[in-house]
Amino acid sequence: MKRPGLVDAVLRPASTWSAYALVAVGALLMLMPFYFMFVFASHHRSEIFQLPPPLWFGSDFQANLKILLTQIPFLKNLGWSLYVATIGTGLTMLFCSMGGYAFAMYSFPGKRLLFSLVMSTMLVPSFLSMIPTFMIMDLLDWIDQPRALYLPGAASAFGIFLMRQFIAASIPKPLIEAARMDGCGELRIFFQIVLPLLGPALGTLGMVAFIASWNNFISPLVVMRSMDHYTLPLALRAMQNPVNTEWGAIMAGSAIAVVPLMLMFVFFSRRLIQGLTVGAVK
Amino acid sequence: MKLSEKFAPYVFLSPFLILFSLFGLFPLLFSLYLSFHSWDPIQGFGAMRYVGLKNFAFALGDEWFWHSLRNTLWLAVAAGVPQHLVAIPLASFLQHRLNRLRNFVVGVYFLPYITATVAIAILFSALFSTDFGIINQTLRSLAHVPLIGQLVPADNIKWLTDPDRIKPALAILVFWRYVGFNTVLYMGALQTIPPELYEAATMDGATPLQQFRKITLPMLRPLMYFGVTLSVVGGLQLFEEPLVLLTITGGTDMAGMTTALYMFKSAFEFNDFGSASAISWLLFAVIVVLAMINSRVFRERDEVRGVTGAKKSAGGKR
Repeated sequence: MKRPGLVDAVLRPASTWSAYALVAVGALLMLMPFYFMFVFASHHRSEIFQLPPPLWFGSDFQANLKILLTQIPFLKNLGWSLYVATIGTGLTMLFCSMGGYAFAMYSFPGKRLLFSLVMSTMLVPSFLSMIPTFMIMDLLDWIDQPRALYLPGAASAFGIFLMRQFIAASIPKPLIEAARMDGCGELRIFFQIVLPLLGPALGTLGMVAFIASWNNFISPLVVMRSMDHYTLPLALRAMQNPVNTEWGAIMAGSAIAVVPLMLMFVFFSRRLIQGLTVGAVK
Repeated sequence: MKLSEKFAPYVFLSPFLILFSLFGLFPLLFSLYLSFHSWDPIQGFGAMRYVGLKNFAFALGDEWFWHSLRNTLWLAVAAGVPQHLVAIPLASFLQHRLNRLRNFVVGVYFLPYITATVAIAILFSALFSTDFGIINQTLRSLAHVPLIGQLVPADNIKWLTDPDRIKPALAILVFWRYVGFNTVLYMGALQTIPPELYEAATMDGATPLQQFRKITLPMLRPLMYFGVTLSVVGGLQLFEEPLVLLTITGGTDMAGMTTALYMFKSAFEFNDFGSASAISWLLFAVIVVLAMINSRVFRERDEVRGVTGAKKSAGGKR
C-alpha cells in the first residue's frame, strides 16, 4: 500500500505553492513592460540604453515632456484624440441604443434579415475595408476631418448587439404598452422612459467605444494627413525614427496615452472585462 | 404630429443604418469591385479599368505574397496556440484556487489587452533592443544561474534585426497582449460547470490534477475549439504590431511582413489598389477556409470520442 503521508504533507502543498508562485511570476511579467514604460519616461534616452539599464525612476520626466512638445504637437494630438473619442462615444451610445431598441421592442418586415446582416459584419476582418474606406473618405473630401473617424466608429455592430440583448432582457414590454395607452409618443417613450433605464449597458458600451477610439491606429493612419490632426497613437509612431528616436520622450508620451485607460480600468475592471469579452462568446 | 408605431423602428434605426451602409457594408462591396479593377489614385476616380481576374493572378504569382502568407500563418499558430496552453490551466487555477485576489490578478493579466497596440509595440521595440534592451539584459543575468544558464544563448539575441528572431519576437508580443483575454474567456466557461461535479469528485478522492483532466478539460472542449479559431483568425490579421515594431518594410528580409501589412504596402506604397484589394480577399478566403477546416476537424474528433452531444448542448447555451 502507498504511504499517503509524504504526498499530503510535502508534495501537494509544494505543488500548490509553486502554482501560486508561477501565477505571481506571470502577473509580474504582465506588469513589467508597463513599469519600464514609466521608468523610461523619466530618463533621458542616453540613460535608457546603457549597462545596466535604469531600474528605478529618474528625474528627466519634465525634460522629456519638453522634447515631446517640440517634436510633435503633442497637446493638439491629445486634444484631438479626446475630441474624436468623446464625440464618437456619444454618437455610438445614442445610435446603438436607438437601433438596439428597434431590434428588441418592435416587429417590422425585414427585421431578422437586417439583424443577421449587421451581426455578420462583426465577423468580417477590418483589413477588408481599409482601402475602400480610404477611397470613400477621399471621395467625400473627409480626409483629415475628425468626422472621418467618429462617424464610421458610431456604426458599431457590437453596440447594436449589446444594446439589443440588454433591452430585450431588462425592459418589460408591458411598460411600453402602458405608456402607449397613456398617449405617450414613440419618441418620448424611448427618450424619457427607456433611455434612463439603460444606464449599465450604456456605461459598458461607452467605455468599450471610448477605448476603441482612443487606441485606434488603423483608421487615423488611413484618413489623417497633417501632423496637427494625428491622434495619439499616430503621433507617437511619428516620433519613431531609424537614427535617433527620443526614447525618453516617446515613453513619456506613451505613458500619458495609456494612463487614462488604466485609471478607467482600475475603477471599472469587472464591467470592462465583461463588455470586452461578451462579443467574442455570444 | 406623433410618430406612428409602424414607422418608429425605422426612425430609430435610420442613423445607425445610414452609417452602417456607408461605412460597414459599402466598403466591402467596393473592395470586391476594386479587386477586379486596376486603379492608380493619382489618375483620379475616372481611371478605373476592369481587368477581370488579373489582380488575383498577379497576387498569386507574386512570390512576396506567398512569403507574407507563410509568415502570417507561422505567426498565427506560434502566437495563438501557446496562449491557450497557458490560459486554460491559468483560468482553472484563478477560478478554483483564488478568492479575494482573483479580480485583481485577472485585471493584471487583462491589462495589456486594453492598452494601445502602438504604445505596446513602441515599448517592446525598446525592450527588444539588442545591446541594451531589458530582455537581453535579463537573459544575460540568467546566464550565471545554474541549469537555466545553459539555455541562454552566448550572444545577445538580435530580436528585431535577425530574420530568424523577428517572428518569435512578434509572437512574444502577441502572446503577452492576448493571453489574459483568453484566460477571461475560459474563466467565463468554468463558471458554468456545476460545482457539484467537483464536490463529487473530491468525495471520491480525486486529486486536483485528476479533476482538471477529467472534468475541467472535457467541459472546456467546445470553447477550446472556438477560442483557438478566434486566436488564429486574429493572428492572421496581424498588422499594427509588425508595422510599428519593424516599419512598413516588414524587417530584415521581410521576415515580419504579414499579409495585411503587405496589402497596405501594395496600396499605399505601390499605389496598386486593385492588387491590394485582391490580396485582402485572398487573405479573407484563407481565414474562412481555415476556420472551416478547424471546425470540421474538431467536430470529427468529437464524433470519434462520442462527445458531440455534450458539445451541442454546450453550444446551445451560447
